[in-house]
Amino acid sequence: MSAVPMPPADAEARAAAKLAETWGDRPGVWGWLTTVDHKRIARRYLVTTFVFFGLAGILALLMRLQLARPEGRLLSPDRYNELFTVHGSTMMFIFAVPVMEAVALYLVPLMVGARNIAFPRLNAYSYYMYLGGALTLWVAFFLNIGPDIGWFGYTPLSGPEYSPGKRADIWAQMITFTEVAALAVSVSIVTTILRMRAPGMTLARMPLFVWAMLVTAFMTIFALPSVMLVTSMLISDRLMGTHFFNYAEGGDVVLFQHLFWFFGHPEVYIIFIPALGFVSAITETFARRPVVGHTFMVLALVAIGFLAFGLWVHHMFATGLPKLGNSFYTSASMAIALPSGVQIFCWIATIWAGRPIFKTPMLWVIGFIVTFVIGGLTGVMVASAPLDLQLHDTYFVVAHFHYVLIGGAVFPLFGAFQYWFPKFTGRVLSETLGRWQFWLIFLGFQLTFFPMHLLGLNGMPRRVYTYPAGLGWEPYNLAATIGAFTIAAGAVIFVVNVVLALRRPADAPANPWDAPGLEWAVASPPPAYNFVDTPAVSSRTPLWEDRTSLPVMGGLATDYREIVVTSPVEAEPGNRQDSPDPTIWPFLAALATTVLFIGSIFSEWALVWGAIPLAIALTGWFWPKRTGPGGAPE
Amino acid sequence: MIRTRVVGDLSTLPDHAFGLRSILFWGVIGFMLVEGTVFVLAGGVYLYLRGLSPTWPPEPVLPPSLIYSAIFTLALFATELPNRWLNRRARALDLRATRAGLVLMTVLGLALLLLRAFEFPHLNVRWDQNAYGSVVWMLMILHTTHLITDWADTAVFTVWTFTHDVGPDQFSDASDNCAYWTFVVWTWLPIYALVYWAPRLT
Ligand code: HEM
Ligand SMILES: [Cu+2]
Repeated sequence: MSAVPMPPADAEARAAAKLAETWGDRPGVWGWLTTVDHKRIARRYLVTTFVFFGLAGILALLMRLQLARPEGRLLSPDRYNELFTVHGSTMMFIFAVPVMEAVALYLVPLMVGARNIAFPRLNAYSYYMYLGGALTLWVAFFLNIGPDIGWFGYTPLSGPEYSPGKRADIWAQMITFTEVAALAVSVSIVTTILRMRAPGMTLARMPLFVWAMLVTAFMTIFALPSVMLVTSMLISDRLMGTHFFNYAEGGDVVLFQHLFWFFGHPEVYIIFIPALGFVSAITETFARRPVVGHTFMVLALVAIGFLAFGLWVHHMFATGLPKLGNSFYTSASMAIALPSGVQIFCWIATIWAGRPIFKTPMLWVIGFIVTFVIGGLTGVMVASAPLDLQLHDTYFVVAHFHYVLIGGAVFPLFGAFQYWFPKFTGRVLSETLGRWQFWLIFLGFQLTFFPMHLLGLNGMPRRVYTYPAGLGWEPYNLAATIGAFTIAAGAVIFVVNVVLALRRPADAPANPWDAPGLEWAVASPPPAYNFVDTPAVSSRTPLWEDRTSLPVMGGLATDYREIVVTSPVEAEPGNRQDSPDPTIWPFLAALATTVLFIGSIFSEWALVWGAIPLAIALTGWFWPKRTGPGGAPE
Repeated sequence: MIRTRVVGDLSTLPDHAFGLRSILFWGVIGFMLVEGTVFVLAGGVYLYLRGLSPTWPPEPVLPPSLIYSAIFTLALFATELPNRWLNRRARALDLRATRAGLVLMTVLGLALLLLRAFEFPHLNVRWDQNAYGSVVWMLMILHTTHLITDWADTAVFTVWTFTHDVGPDQFSDASDNCAYWTFVVWTWLPIYALVYWAPRLT
C-alpha cells in the first residue's frame, strides 16, 4: 500500500482541537435547544423512549394487578380500556419504533465513518415532533381524556358517532406527530447510508446493522404515509363532517382497516428488522469472527422487507376481512419463517465456527433465539385452521404478539444497549447487574406470557377488564401477574445499572470489546466531529484488518463543517459539501407544528392560522446561509 | 483510540454538486417518495369507494365541470417550459437568468393558484355531502397543498437571491426546486384523471 508517512501527532491534535471548536455546541440551554449533533439528538431520543417504555410498563402492571384475581376491583371498565389503549399505542408508536431509530441515529453515521447525519436539522426537528406526540398522548391521559379505542382505533368505534369528545382525536393526532418524526428520520438515514459512507465501504462491505436500517427506513417511507392518511381521514370525519367511514353516505368502515394494516403489517417488521441488525452485530463481536453467510443475511433482510408489504395483500384477500386484526400477528410470524430461518442459521453457524464469549449482550441474543423459536411454533399453531377460529381475539393472540415484540425486538434491544452503552456514554455497564437483569426479565417474561397461551386455549378473551371465578383461569392469571412483576424487577435493576454507571467517571476505552466496526475506532463517547480524518475502508470488519493503525483520508476542512459525499454503491468519493451549523429554527418549527396539530383537534381554522407561524419558522430554517465555499442551507 | 495513517486526500474534490450528486437532492427525493405514496394511497381510496357505489358520482351529484380544470391543467404543464429552462440556467450558474426565472416561476405559481381557486366551486359537490365528495376534496386539497408550499418556497427563495450573494449551493437549491416543481406538475396528471374523468367513465 502506498501509504503517505504518518502525520506528526501534534498536527493531528491541532486538527482535532480545531474540529472540536467547529463542530461543538454552545454551552447550556441554548446549546441544548440548537444542537444538530446526531449523537446528542439520538441520546435524547433514547432517554425519552425508555421513559415512556417505563410508563407504558407501569400501565401493564396495573392491568396485571387488576387481572391477578377474578372480579378485580382496582380498575373500572372504562379505565381499563384507556390503559390497554395507552399501553399499546405507547409501546408501538412512542417506544418500539422510535427506540430503534434512536439507536440508528446514534450509530449509523459512526458506523459508516461520517461526521454527522445527512440532514441534521431535520433530525433535530424530528425529535421535538416525536416529543410533542408523546406528550400529547400522556398529558391527555393524565387529564383524563386519554384515548380508549384500542391501539388500532377501528372505525366505527373511533368515529364521531361512538367516540364523542376528544379521546379519539388525541390518539389520531399523536400518530401524526410520531409519524412525521419517523419519516423525517428515515429520509435522513437512507441518505446517510447511500451517500455518506466512508470511501471504500461498498454496499457489499456495509455492516449488517446498517443494512437492516436501510431496509427499515425504506419500509418506513412506504408504510407510514398510510397510517398518517387514515388518521387524518378519521380526524376529518370527526371534525369536518366528511364521510370516509360513514356507511350511510357511501363511506366504509373496512376502508379504515385496509389503510391501517397496510401500515400495521410492515410496522412489526419496522420494529423487528433493526433488532436483527443488533443480533448480527453482537454475534459477530462476541463470536470473534465475521458473520457466516453475510450475503445471505443481506438477502434475507431485503426479502423480509419485501414480504412485509406482499403480506398485507394476503391479509386482505386470503384471511377474510372480519378476522383481519386477529390473524395479523400470526401471519407475520408465518411469512417471516423462511428468511428469519436463514438468519438464525447463519448466527448459529457464526457462534459455532467462532470462539464465543458469553457476555451479557450474548445472553440476550440467546434469549432472543429461544423465544423466537417458541413464538414461531405458536405462530404455526394459530395458523392451523381449526385452532384459528378458536383462538382469535383471545389471550393466545396477546401472548403471541408479546412473544414476537418482546422476544423479537426488546431482548435484542437490551443486548444492544449493554453492548453500545460504552459508545453512548463512555462507561461500561456492570456484567453482574446485566446478568441479573437478563435472567429476571427472561424468566419473568416466560412466566407472564406463556400462561397466556393457555388462557387463550381456555377461551379467555382479550381486552376484558375482569372475569368471573370458576372458569379455571385463576392460576394462569396469577402466574402472569407474578411474571409481570418479575419483569419489572429486572427493569429496576436495569435502571440501577445505568445510574450507577453514569455516576462513575467516563473511562471506557474506545473499543472495549475488540469489535470490528468503525464506531469503535473513535473515543467513547465520540467527539462532536466523530472522526478527525475520514476512514478508508477495505473490508467488512475494518478494525480487525490491521490492529495497529486505521487507514484514513485527510483534506476535509477543519474551520467549517464539511463532509464528503460518496457514490451509492461503490462509495467512491464524489464531492465535498457543507453541513449545517446549530440552529434554533427546527425547534421553533416543531413548536409551530405542535400548535397547528393540537389546535386542529379543536378547530379546523387552526390549519389556516397555525400555518402562519409555521411558514415563518420554515422560512427561517430554509433561509440559505453561506458558511463554507458552497454555502450550505439544508 | 486507534492510530491512523493517511492514505489519501479529499481536498481536491469539487466543493459543490448538482442534482443526484448533491445529498440535499436525495432528501428531496425522499420526500417525493413519501408524498408520492400518499397520492397513490389517496387514489386507492378513491377507487375503493367508487367500487362500493352503484353509481359514480352517486346520484344526484353531477361530475365536476371540465372547463376550469382544463385551463388549469394546460397552464400547469405549460409552466414546465420555463421551469426546465430555469433549471438549465441555474446549473450553468447564470445569475441573471436564474433570478429572472425565479421571478417568473413565482408569478406563474400565483396565477396557477388563482386558477385552482376557480376549480373548487365547480367540483359540484361539497366535502360533507357524501363519501364521494370527501374523497374528491381530499385529492384536490392534497395537490393544492403542494402548489401552495412550493409557491411559498419559491417566493422566499427568490427574495433571497436578490438580497444576497448567490453561491454554487444556492444554484443547486434553485435546480432542486425545479425538480420538485416537475414532481408537482406530473403528480397532477393521475389526480386530474381521477377527479375529472373517472366519474365520466362508467
Ligand atoms: C413489559 C411487559 C409487558 C406486559 C406485562 C404487557 C402486558 C399487556 C397487557 C396486560 C395487555 C392487555 C391485554 C388485554 O387486555 O387484551 C397488553 C396489550 C398490548 N401490549 Fe403489552 N405488555 C408488555 C410489554 C409490551 C411491549 C414491549 C409491547 C410492544 C412493543 C406491547 C404491546 C402491546 C399491544 C400492542 C397491546 C394491545 C393493546 C390493545 O389491545 O389495543 N406490550 N399488554
Ligand atoms: Cu399480516
